[in-house]
Amino acid sequence: MPKPRMDARPQASREAWAFPMLLYAALFVGLSLLYILGLSFMSRGTGYTAGLPLGGHNYARIASPLYLRSLLLSLRLAFFTALFCLLLGYPFAYFMARASARARTWLMLLLIVPFWTNALIRIYGWKILLSASGPINQALLTAGLIERPLRLLYTDFAVQVGMVYAMIPFMVLPVYSAVERMDWAMVEASRDLGATPLRAFLTVTLPMTLPGILAGLVLTFIPSIGLFFLSDLLGGSNTMLWGNMVHNELLKSRDLPFAAALSVVLLSLTGLVILLYRRMGGKAEGMVF
Amino acid sequence: MADPQVLLSLRGLKKTFDTQEALAGLDLDVYAGEFITLLGPSGCGKTTTLRIIAGLELPTQGSVFLDGEDITYLAPEKRAVNTVFQNYALFPHMNVYKNIAYGLSLKGVGRQEIARRVGEMLELVQLSGYEKRLPSQLSGGQRQRVAIARSLILSPRVLLLDEPLGALDLQLRRAMQHELKDMQQQLGITFIYITHDQEEALTMSDRIALMREGRFVQLDTPRGLYEQPRTAFAASFIGETNLINARAEAVKEDGVLLDIAGFHVPCASEDWLTPGEPLLLSLRAQRLHLSREPVSTPCRLSGTLVESHYAGGERASLVRLDDGQVLHTRASTEGEDLPEIGSQVYVWWQQESGVLVRDDREDVHA
Repeated sequence: MPKPRMDARPQASREAWAFPMLLYAALFVGLSLLYILGLSFMSRGTGYTAGLPLGGHNYARIASPLYLRSLLLSLRLAFFTALFCLLLGYPFAYFMARASARARTWLMLLLIVPFWTNALIRIYGWKILLSASGPINQALLTAGLIERPLRLLYTDFAVQVGMVYAMIPFMVLPVYSAVERMDWAMVEASRDLGATPLRAFLTVTLPMTLPGILAGLVLTFIPSIGLFFLSDLLGGSNTMLWGNMVHNELLKSRDLPFAAALSVVLLSLTGLVILLYRRMGGKAEGMVF
Repeated sequence: MADPQVLLSLRGLKKTFDTQEALAGLDLDVYAGEFITLLGPSGCGKTTTLRIIAGLELPTQGSVFLDGEDITYLAPEKRAVNTVFQNYALFPHMNVYKNIAYGLSLKGVGRQEIARRVGEMLELVQLSGYEKRLPSQLSGGQRQRVAIARSLILSPRVLLLDEPLGALDLQLRRAMQHELKDMQQQLGITFIYITHDQEEALTMSDRIALMREGRFVQLDTPRGLYEQPRTAFAASFIGETNLINARAEAVKEDGVLLDIAGFHVPCASEDWLTPGEPLLLSLRAQRLHLSREPVSTPCRLSGTLVESHYAGGERASLVRLDDGQVLHTRASTEGEDLPEIGSQVYVWWQQESGVLVRDDREDVHA
């Protein structure tokens, strides 16, 4: 029976090839996660250590108004980041996918080139743009629209702008790939059956690119909860996001177990979002993960 | 039948993509209730023509009239014309019911009315009970029926079908050909049908518009196209034919006398004929008879039998004429006993089986 053997061989070798990857994941992802989970039930030791007693006290501490407020703020910010990324990114991705090959290359470059620069430096760029004497305020003053410079920097608004800016490629790319894969005969069929261009978009294009939209929402929402340097640089002193909390506990308070507990909460939220995504897109084709 | 009424007209339709000329000026009148087929090789412009009628493409020049009204620049959603797309273009995120109901729900038709008419359509295409299935859960033939139902539910004045059977296997294709034709006659809807399959065109159509390089080569009934092809392209695209080089010796009132490899062969004349000009005589392989003995009819040639093999109901043979030209014949195997390979044979035919055609074989620019 030569046939099963021929099938079995590449199968076995494929698994063999996957083994280093699995080992890598087990070591660096699995073990680390277990370590953090364990750590979150420990108590703070002297200096930068953790020790006994074990217990749920770190989680009890999280269930306080201070942390819940930060959690809500983070979720709200992440939600609006994902939403604005969708509203701005979808049209961009749509026109990029439908543009000529030449224009497409240029648009793709516009999207990718900023990524060749360090993210921190780009955020400093926003600091200059949004500052009291920055170009935006200058332009508004010159135009006579305002009398005194607006306070743009060190506000929740600045953090929101920075986040949308940082995250938008993660919306554009999955939506682009979904629009690019669209069979436009479907849209023609819907026009042929009596749909105006808008109705055709709403009833055919939008549902057919839904997997891309969902992937984009997840890819922009999840990192937005955890980003901390953006609010450090652009936000006011009371813009304490979940990422800032973890950052502070880890590097300033040096409370490793508590930082671990905060991280576990963040990870659980992330898992929940992905679960939701899978539930929503369960039947759709072309799901990303 | 009463005087046929023109439903759809194309006038001087031209289409250029970049610098590529896809349509070179088409004129066509389609009658109400007619089944008309645009037939031609791929790239001949038949799909472009259909897309212009549907409103999915604008012509560079010319007009489309429906019921005497100029609809050239009317948006596709405003035309009483629907299309069955190649590969069906069913909405993958909607089930069969929603696909078929789509057009009506856009029009704001009430829920109960939609349910009733979708039910009717499902019955017509024999898919009752499949309402909840997604297109991905259907076979090719079933998808095809859904696509037809989805268009027919809007009762279009004209239904455009772009190679609707192209993706089906041969057996299913045959069955669907009959179903489609029955449906068309039953509903009395005008069909404009695209195919590159000449057999499909011959069996289904009332008229065939044979296309080549953005032009209509011949617009005729299936029988007319087969029996009276006007050009070498038409003759060889439909069925199997021999195109024999001939010279007109004398043009008379009742026909023309041809010189073919030294034989004097009479044939019906054509109005474009000029004496002395080299000509092509189209002879259908099925209409040629073989004989060992000399025959009395003047419509005959002689040559050497070079090949002959049994092919079921007929025998496919090759005869080389004395001037080197080769004739294919597909004579019935009934009765006759066969000449040996290499022997002298006579090929003969009924005079009306020989048709003079214009030589357009060199006209291909592409």
